[in-house]
Amino acid sequence: MNIPYRLILGIALVGALLAGCATGPSPAELDAQAQKVIKTSFRDQGIVKANWLDQDLGLSACSSDKEPDPATADRIMAEALKSVKWPTGGQYMGDWRAGEKLAQSGRGMTWTDTSLDPKENGGNCYNCHQIDNKEISYGTIGPSLWNYGKNRGVTDPAAPATAPIVQYTWVKLWNAKAYSPCSNMPRFGHKNLLNEQQLRDIMALLLDPKSPVNQ
Amino acid sequence: MSKQILVGVAALALCAGVSAQKSTADGIAEYRKMLEDGNPAELFEAKGEELWKQKRGPKNASLEACNLGQGPGVVKGAFVTLPRYFADTGRVQDLEDRLVTCMATLQGFDAAEIAKTPFGRGEMANVTALATWVAGMSRGLRFNLPQSNPLERTSYEIGKRAFFYRAGSHDFSCASCHSEDGKRIRLQDLPNLTKNPGDGIGFAAWPAYRVSNGQMWSMQLRLNDCYRQQRFPYPGFASEVTIALGTYMGVNAKGAESIAPAIKR
Repeated sequence: MNIPYRLILGIALVGALLAGCATGPSPAELDAQAQKVIKTSFRDQGIVKANWLDQDLGLSACSSDKEPDPATADRIMAEALKSVKWPTGGQYMGDWRAGEKLAQSGRGMTWTDTSLDPKENGGNCYNCHQIDNKEISYGTIGPSLWNYGKNRGVTDPAAPATAPIVQYTWVKLWNAKAYSPCSNMPRFGHKNLLNEQQLRDIMALLLDPKSPVNQ
Repeated sequence: MSKQILVGVAALALCAGVSAQKSTADGIAEYRKMLEDGNPAELFEAKGEELWKQKRGPKNASLEACNLGQGPGVVKGAFVTLPRYFADTGRVQDLEDRLVTCMATLQGFDAAEIAKTPFGRGEMANVTALATWVAGMSRGLRFNLPQSNPLERTSYEIGKRAFFYRAGSHDFSCASCHSEDGKRIRLQDLPNLTKNPGDGIGFAAWPAYRVSNGQMWSMQLRLNDCYRQQRFPYPGFASEVTIALGTYMGVNAKGAESIAPAIKR
């Protein structure tokens, strides 16, 4: 009885020693080292500043191959929803033609751009989404938005019955983390990447029954 | 040979005008096929080989004694084992960083000056040509980065963390575009760099000649422009984060056949 017990203890001890030898820094130490490496490897260039590396709760919780724990995920979504600014005068819809132009443009906010004004920015939409199906050059990181309004039964975006989908879409554009804590989608309103009118125009592209997207 | 390439490039430029009349899809298929014939990267390989053998710099020496990890002067096979740890500098280095070390120690160039030089200019253009030639000398070989040194393993772990690090105006990380199979931006296929993406894809394709801007792009420039599009601040040349990302992608690409220098759109 004594021998196997001692044997097990011995094996455990050797195992622990070996593990101690084989492992380098702990995951937490590596996290700290990586933070330091990231902070020291970049510099300001043009309009882009080194402090753009700073992360809020959502970004730091979504910076690994693991999902955040449920409590953190809930907190990220709640904070994102709270960040949403609703459109002035409850006016959600703009011009789908201007929206299409924005959707096509991937411009803005790189160190080779010269202005932080959202007017200079595009929406990058086709980089990741199918939208008007006549545009064959579209990305697949996000879901297809072809017939976005039609599929959701939107015939009159101003009708009270469509308010939930209209508001949902506004939130998604303003701060997509309100519905998915680690969403890949940029927070166009929250980070001032597009202004209110530009967001209205993209809303119209997606929801206006006359938009080519809903034919 | 250089004449043939020039004719090819001219034909390509002509074709871009003609193809406007065809469907976009046809044009793209045709364009991809044309890219397979005659890669202008060959010119940069020839320049790199010449630079390797030429006596240059304040010390008027060649790079023929440069140790890229396989022993002094051994070029073949070096590319597919980089980044790796080097005892003489005490750190993990990628190909371009290592070439600058050799240019400093053997030829007497100022390493910090080279690192500050913009891509495509002066000695930085020479580093790119040298990297293109060294990479070409491992064409057809398979990636097999060493991970026996603790600093190599740490470099991998830091690279992995940098790969998933989200920031900038658009909240992007490398992983936003490169962590799933079969994704695209517009029509551009995106390699999944969290694993071996396949022979000649991703890490196994750079340096590469970019037809769209007529430039030879090293891995350092490839990463630099990824970060630009990611809306991140400017990564220093051969900064620790870029080398760690190289280690992460290179180790993940274990077994992938190198086609570098490749040709890209």
